[in-house]
This record gives sequence, C-alpha cells and structure tokens, in this order.
Amino acid sequence: MIPLSHFLILGAILFCLSVAGIFLNRKNVIILLMSIELMLLSVNLNFVAFSRFLDDMTGQIFVFFILTVAAAEAAIGLAILIVLFRSRRTINVADIDQARG
Amino acid sequence: MFISFVFYTLAAVLVASAIMVISARNPVHCALFLVMAFFSSAGIWLLLEAEFLAIVLVLVYVGAVMVLFLFVVMMLDINLAPLREGFARYLPIGALVAAVVVIEIVLVIGASDIDLPAVGDIVYRDADYSNTKELGTLLYTVHLYAFELAAAILLVAIVAAIALTMRRRSGTKSQDPSRQVAVKREDRIRIVSMPSSSDPEHESSERRR
Repeated sequence: MIPLSHFLILGAILFCLSVAGIFLNRKNVIILLMSIELMLLSVNLNFVAFSRFLDDMTGQIFVFFILTVAAAEAAIGLAILIVLFRSRRTINVADIDQARG
Repeated sequence: MFISFVFYTLAAVLVASAIMVISARNPVHCALFLVMAFFSSAGIWLLLEAEFLAIVLVLVYVGAVMVLFLFVVMMLDINLAPLREGFARYLPIGALVAAVVVIEIVLVIGASDIDLPAVGDIVYRDADYSNTKELGTLLYTVHLYAFELAAAILLVAIVAAIALTMRRRSGTKSQDPSRQVAVKREDRIRIVSMPSSSDPEHESSERRR
C-alpha cells in the first residue's frame, strides 16, 4: 500500500518545481500564472491525501474552495494580462515598470 | 500491487509534465503539459477515492481554466525571444532553490518526531459509498456560509473580468435593447395623405408593371 509520506513528497516535488518555474520564467506572465496553478495543485494534493488518510472530509471541502478561488484568480489574472497587452503590446515583466513606487 | 503501480506511473507522468510546463519553449506547449499534469493528478485523486474532486478538476480546470489559458496564449501575439532571456542564467539558482526546498520537506516528512506511519493506511470504502453525497452533506450544512461566499467570489470574478476586458469600438453594428424597447409608432411609420387618382391611363400602366 502507498504510505502517506509518498503523497506528501510528490506534493513537495510539485511545489518546488513550480517555485523553480517562477525563478526561471520571470519574464513571462503567462507561465508565471501557470506556475501558480501548479503550486495550488500540489497544495490540493496534500489536502486530499491528508483528508483521506485521516478520514476527515473537511480537507476535501477546503480543496473545493481552493479550486473556486483559483478559478476566479486565473480569470481575473488573464483579464488583467489582456488589458496590459492591449495598452503596452508586451507581457514582459521587465517592461512593466511604470507604476514604480 | 496494481494500485501502487498506477500511483507511481501517474506520479512520474505528473512530475515529468510539471518539468515540461516550466521548461517548454512555447507557451502553448506549457499549457498543454499543464493539462496533462491536471489529468494525472485527477487520476491520483481517484486512487485516493476523492471522486467528486477528481471530476471537478477535470471539468473545471481542464475544461474551463486551461481552455481560457490556451485562448489567451493563442490570442496574444507575443514575441517569445525576449521572454526567454535569462532562462539559462537563472537555471542554476532556480534548480538550487528547488532542490534545497525539496530536501528540507523530505527531511521534515521523514523526521522521527512526526509519526506519519501512525496515521495508518487507507481503509477502502464499500462500492456503494458516495463521496459526492458526503461532500454535499457537509457543504450544504456545516460550510454553508463559506459556500455562499465562494459563489459571491465567482460573481465578482465574472464582473471584474468582463469590466476589465470590455471596450466599445466605434462603428460596430450592435443593438441597443433599451432604444429598441422604447421605440414608438411615430418613429417607424409616417402616414402621408395623398389624393386618390382616377386616371385610367395611369392605372393601366400600373397594372402592366
């Protein structure tokens, strides 16, 4: 049988791959958004695994809400991206610096 | 035995597609590999008997969110070359950070203070157990306020996304429903009083035509 720690290690590997993705693709906003989706997926994997092993459905309820919020976040992020591309003709993070504080 | 084989296969596919998501050159390929990652983790969730969430992951994520991503990636005409620069430069530090964090987490999970084996194994449910029913019972009783809040968040997201991206172009032939409804008879027809003619020659020419 598969122990809980293997699920957790899989989640950890997935999370770190998406952190590395944010490091590597720091110019491309679309791939940054995809890395965030991957991060949320790894967190959800941990939640589902814990919920199943501890036999507590609350973890799956939490995953449900994370999925909802992530879908809303992706929709608004992509909308902002489209508006940005219309006005700047670029999605390069290095070029988006007119709001420097 | 079979379950272990399925789990490790799906885990390998998941990790491989996650690596491709962060390293593929073309954003379209990235999005498609992310779809593959979602599919394989839905399979893993099915192994954990979280059937409802697995189906929701496929329907909502692959069916809606990733299609939205693909749509945006294909719609924007991006010059990829400047976006890729710095990839090789940041590869060592990115790999280093990822490796350090993975090792830390694995050490924490394997630490003897945290007694993970005490959690025990999965007790597989009977065939007539309904994960969806269980989830729905909790969702509509204990977590009802959170559920309503999630609905409000989705509504706000819809309104925000439409408000951000909508723009009015001049010269398009779109309908204005309020003006259509408010129209009156006088705006459409004009009654002209004309004298009726009894000229036979004129009438025959009309008939011929």
